[in-house]
Amino acid sequence: MNKKFVLGIYDDEDVLLTAIENIRAAGTKIYDVFSPYPVHGIDDVLGIKRSRLPIVAFFCGLFGTSFALWMQIWMLGFDWPMIIGGKPHISLPAFIPVTFELTVLCAAFGMVITFFIVSKLKPSLRVNVFDKRSTDDKFVMAIEVKEGVTDLSALNNLLRTNGAIEVNEKEVVK
Amino acid sequence: MQHVSPIREPLVTGGKTYHDITEDVCRQVEAKPNARWAAALAVSLVGLAIFMYSVYRTLWFGIGEWGLNKTVGWAWDITNFVWWVGIGHAGTLISAILLLFRQKWRTSINRAAEAMTIFAVICAAMFPVLHMGRPWLAYWVLPLPNTFGSLWVNFNSPLLWDVFAISTYFSVSLVFWYIGLIPDFATIRDRATGPIARRAYSVLSFGWTGSAKAWSRYETVSLILAGLATPLVLSVHTIVSMDFATSVIPGWHTTIFPPYFVAGAIFSGFAMVLTLMIITRKTFKLEHYITLEHVESMNKVIILTGSIVGIAYTTEFFIAWYSGVEYEQYAFINRAFGPYWWAYWSMMTCNVITPQLFWFRKIRRSLTATFIISIFVNIGMWFERFVIIVTSLHRDYLPSSWAMFSPTMIDVGVYVGTIGLFFTLFFLFAKFFPVVNMAEVKAILKSSSGVTHNPHKTMHGTDKDLNTNTHHSNE
Repeated sequence: MNKKFVLGIYDDEDVLLTAIENIRAAGTKIYDVFSPYPVHGIDDVLGIKRSRLPIVAFFCGLFGTSFALWMQIWMLGFDWPMIIGGKPHISLPAFIPVTFELTVLCAAFGMVITFFIVSKLKPSLRVNVFDKRSTDDKFVMAIEVKEGVTDLSALNNLLRTNGAIEVNEKEVVK
Repeated sequence: MQHVSPIREPLVTGGKTYHDITEDVCRQVEAKPNARWAAALAVSLVGLAIFMYSVYRTLWFGIGEWGLNKTVGWAWDITNFVWWVGIGHAGTLISAILLLFRQKWRTSINRAAEAMTIFAVICAAMFPVLHMGRPWLAYWVLPLPNTFGSLWVNFNSPLLWDVFAISTYFSVSLVFWYIGLIPDFATIRDRATGPIARRAYSVLSFGWTGSAKAWSRYETVSLILAGLATPLVLSVHTIVSMDFATSVIPGWHTTIFPPYFVAGAIFSGFAMVLTLMIITRKTFKLEHYITLEHVESMNKVIILTGSIVGIAYTTEFFIAWYSGVEYEQYAFINRAFGPYWWAYWSMMTCNVITPQLFWFRKIRRSLTATFIISIFVNIGMWFERFVIIVTSLHRDYLPSSWAMFSPTMIDVGVYVGTIGLFFTLFFLFAKFFPVVNMAEVKAILKSSSGVTHNPHKTMHGTDKDLNTNTHHSNE
């Protein structure tokens, strides 16, 4: 099924943020906004909730800590106990460095892999970008056109009065 | 609204627009390789060839090719290992610690500095792996079941901690670096004209589109990774220093080692960043992005860490005397006035005296002076490790086993070779990857460019007065 979008092109982040506020206040749903860099404050005006990735990182890190401790205690304390330097089999202070490293490793990789999965980022040969200038110097606001709507002049006006320097239409083949 | 401070220098000069940033950074990625770059790469490939030959000799004839002896069982290789790892630390400091401190000047240098980290760690890893003598059994350092070796690995040993620290450091740095590269690869992909470049950068960009949600997550991930990388980088050099500090060799057995090594690592790393950035900004015409302000900021870090290192040298000497331990006292007297006095005084001159010149603003802001001092610091920090390792070992408790160490040609070859390996990787990176983080520089452009200091210009190339339309977010 084809989907139709109206794209408002902006060239300034402050104009864009005001435009997002006004357009959302006018009751129009914004599909997405594409920008060349992270625009600060865009989460608030678009209503994007705080990412829960730090929680993922915490639990992955916790897993790393427990795994590392279990591994060292089991290997040197139970599976093949051996006296090293006259110290106890389970000498916890000596286990801290490896535990710390595995905590960091698991937290970082767990979070990054989750980030790739939830953001649907994966190596692919073809990428559909609404407007190629959005990775260069323009901010692109995409509004999905409801089915059956043919007159786009209202949307066009709304975008233009809110500072869009250009308004385009784009059809995406799903 | 951003407050424009009249005393703060702009971080991007030359009235650049967003599009200019894209153009300036993508230029050398898209252009055909030029002669200067090819010549530089050729020189580093010669270094790489020397590396290959020395590694071949080391593997085929064994560690006997190196200048080690029964008394000095660790020397050249560990010196180089610590030197390279230390250099790597500046990259993480710039990308992680300065991110946590919200230092905006890090944005235009973090990409190259982090690339430097990754390549330096690769070079560092060569030394302990080669020193194993049988590198094809390197996987024995991992905790594998008994059928591979005789027992589990010894988790009480700092050398094993090193294995975990260095490999975690390498993988986390690589991931951190790559996450930052994704949006810039997308920029290059969307500009690419040739089919190969478009496909290659499509794959590399992981299908990045720059949607608001993705950016929000990207920022969260960067922040958490920075939070994880900060204690990580401190732990890595702490653990490296424990390779020495947990032993009972006079000159090594000191509690000052972890902070002293970390400061030294940052010190040498910033020197290497400066060496590389002064060349890179010139070659790729990035003078408007890597400004004198950046150089000055880095020089301030050098003077701080250089002074910490200086204090550490003095403290070590004092404590050796104050401890009343005869062997400890001898180790330090021998360092300064024994047969390796030249190494000690080279270290003192390069590390303690030269960076003090940065107290003068003129010298801090002079590229030539900075470049020369950065080379001095690199040399000094190499001597520091040589002094710590060799002078402590060559005269230990038993005078009958005293010996001297001198490197063989193969030793020199492996070391020079890793420099070749490092620059080969760095030049390939500089050609095919964006050397400046475009997205992050664009993000600071509005608050830190020369344009904001001149209200009559806008940075968008369009002639609109945009300053009237200020965003207020109060909900």
